[in-house]
Amino acid sequence: MAPIKHTDLYPTNQYRLRPMPDLKTILGPLTLKNPTILASGIMDEDAGSMHRMITSGAGAIVTKSIGLDPRPGYPNPTIVETPCGLLNAMGLPNPGITDFTHELDLLRNAPVPIIGSIYGKDPEEFSTLARHMERHHVAAVELNVSCPHAKHYGMEVGMDPQILSNITAAVTHTVHIPVYVKLSPNVTDIVILAQAAADAHADAIVAINTLKGMSIDLDVRRPILANRTGGYSGPAIKPIGVRCVYDISQHVSIPVIGVGGITTGADVLEYLMAGASAVQIGTAVYLRGPTVFSHITQEITDWLTTHHVARLSDLIGAAHP
Amino acid sequence: MNAPRITTVHTGKQETPTVKTLTFKDPSPIVPGQFYMIWIPGVDEIPMSVSYISESIKAITFRRIGDATEALFNLRKGDAIGLRGPYGNGFALKGRRPLFIAGGTGAAMLAPAIELIQRKKRTATVILGAKTKGDLFFERRLSRAGARVLVTTDDGSKGYHGFASDLAKDLLKNASYDAMYTCGPEPMMKTLLAFSGQRVFEASLERYMKCAIGLCGQCCIGEGVRVCADGPIFNGKTLKTIPDFGRFKRDASGGKISFSQAP
Ligand SMILES: Cc1cc2nc3c(=O)[nH]c(=O)nc-3n(C[C@H](O)[C@H](O)[C@H](O)COP(=O)(O)OP(=O)(O)OC[C@H]3O[C@@H](n4cnc5c(N)ncnc54)[C@H](O)[C@@H]3O)c2cc1C
Ligand SMILES: Cc1cc2nc3c(=O)[nH]c(=O)nc-3n(C[C@H](O)[C@H](O)[C@H](O)COP(=O)(O)O)c2cc1C
Ligand code: FES
Repeated sequence: MAPIKHTDLYPTNQYRLRPMPDLKTILGPLTLKNPTILASGIMDEDAGSMHRMITSGAGAIVTKSIGLDPRPGYPNPTIVETPCGLLNAMGLPNPGITDFTHELDLLRNAPVPIIGSIYGKDPEEFSTLARHMERHHVAAVELNVSCPHAKHYGMEVGMDPQILSNITAAVTHTVHIPVYVKLSPNVTDIVILAQAAADAHADAIVAINTLKGMSIDLDVRRPILANRTGGYSGPAIKPIGVRCVYDISQHVSIPVIGVGGITTGADVLEYLMAGASAVQIGTAVYLRGPTVFSHITQEITDWLTTHHVARLSDLIGAAHP
Repeated sequence: MNAPRITTVHTGKQETPTVKTLTFKDPSPIVPGQFYMIWIPGVDEIPMSVSYISESIKAITFRRIGDATEALFNLRKGDAIGLRGPYGNGFALKGRRPLFIAGGTGAAMLAPAIELIQRKKRTATVILGAKTKGDLFFERRLSRAGARVLVTTDDGSKGYHGFASDLAKDLLKNASYDAMYTCGPEPMMKTLLAFSGQRVFEASLERYMKCAIGLCGQCCIGEGVRVCADGPIFNGKTLKTIPDFGRFKRDASGGKISFSQAP
């Protein structure tokens, strides 16, 4: 067998001669060093955890969804794996905004933007929470109007375009930082909701939150999750997320942040081509471990290099006619 | 896949008025220090360390302290429970002359580690610490395995009168122990870490757990160290870098509770 020459492996010397592709992406006033953002609810309930995810290479961090008061969430089981994804019914556990601001203060000098996720039952609660977040130096707030398993919260306030519009308008009037609205796919037409949020001056749409689902144990003949239903995430929901991002980005002019099932660099590129300006990653932290962000950014870099794309941002919306 | 698999209770043995051991069939390989998520359908799902290991039968040993452990306590032979796991890292068990220090229910999870040491023809010295004589368990089991078992009680009703950590301090002065393994109240383990010097040191930590697969962040300590996935066993070097150790834990909502206020 002939020995392998260096030039067989790197025929054009592209890895050595070409400059590194530019992974930066722009979300209004924020510039992210790469498009991968930690999704809300994963390793983000305290400053230490968020620190670890920053070190692991995330371009930005979304905090756990925070409410006015401490909330223990639902009893266990709160999570169950199915063959193609995870079902969770954490039930929005969080220490409440007062305690959480201490965690935010510890992240004051974080090298990447921290986006504060909040949930409330009406426009007043959302505005109060957003004001606290802004005072404690978050770069943007994300409105969780899409959690599929919390009574009086989440999806229950985010399915009606009028209520969604009132909440969004209240928050955009209250704070000066960008306001992102995270939408649920558990609706007939997600575009109507995205338009309602955009008309109320939201700065970006985040799509999608989890899909409502259930898993039953055959032996004991009952749903496994204590809450019975939960939110479905992971690779199985990626095509749904990609479709939502594609549709939304054709109808609103603000940036869209894609979420749902992203596990590899190729998944990120697919969301970007569908019209996303950045993406969020949740379940893959379990599937590939906490170092997932650096792996995915490396995969994106490799793809851009092989395909001679100098700037990642050139691909945003590439799949649109 | 991380979903509960149903098994049934094989035997139940009461160790003390408040501590019970349940055995069940589970062929999965597991190492001492690892734990299961035990689902009691309709009640809760809670983390429980393995307390006995054979190829086909495993056990958990627990204290009745709330809803879920109460429900477990009342299970009978043939009742269904769900298992997820085994999870976590388990003990590395290096060292020729190990000293084990068990505080309270900590004896449950140290027992299989001690039995493994004995099978490897090393001799374990074990300090079994309890509040009072009636709370002691596994003394006979560990002696039978060949370990040297020393008992301490806070009230002096049996063995050395004082804390397990007091006796450990004395022993470490005189003998050439080269490793310490401990599970018990965290302030006790922190005291022991201070005595450990250059010895191998491993402690088993407990934090409120939800997913147990390293995703939700509920059990994190220090800089995002996940007790469920990166632990629950940590060595002395790591513990020295974690400011939470022996100081506070977090409840189900993520709020901090200092160990001095903890029940
Ligand atoms: C890795 C690990 C291994 C453990 N091994 C054992 C063991 O071998 N034997 C034993 O007796 N106990 C063990 N525990 C502790 C055991 O999980 C708790 O005692 C049990 O969950 C109490 O549940 P409860 O409903 O009876 O009590 P509750 O009244 O609900 O709570 C009593 C205490 O238990 C804690 N607790 C409740 N739910 C959880 C949870 N999901 N995760 C962690 N702590 C919880 C609470 O913080 C509280 O301090 C272990 C814990 C962990 C994290
Ligand atoms: C364990 C878990 C907890 C979550 N908690 C929240 C939350 O608090 N707020 C929120 O907006 N979304 C929450 N989500 C949804 C994720 O942010 C994300 O939208 C969803 O999981 C889809 O992305 P993925 O497939 O990459 O996980 C949670 C998801 C998981 C798996
Ligand atoms: S319990 Fe969820 S990360 Fe450990």
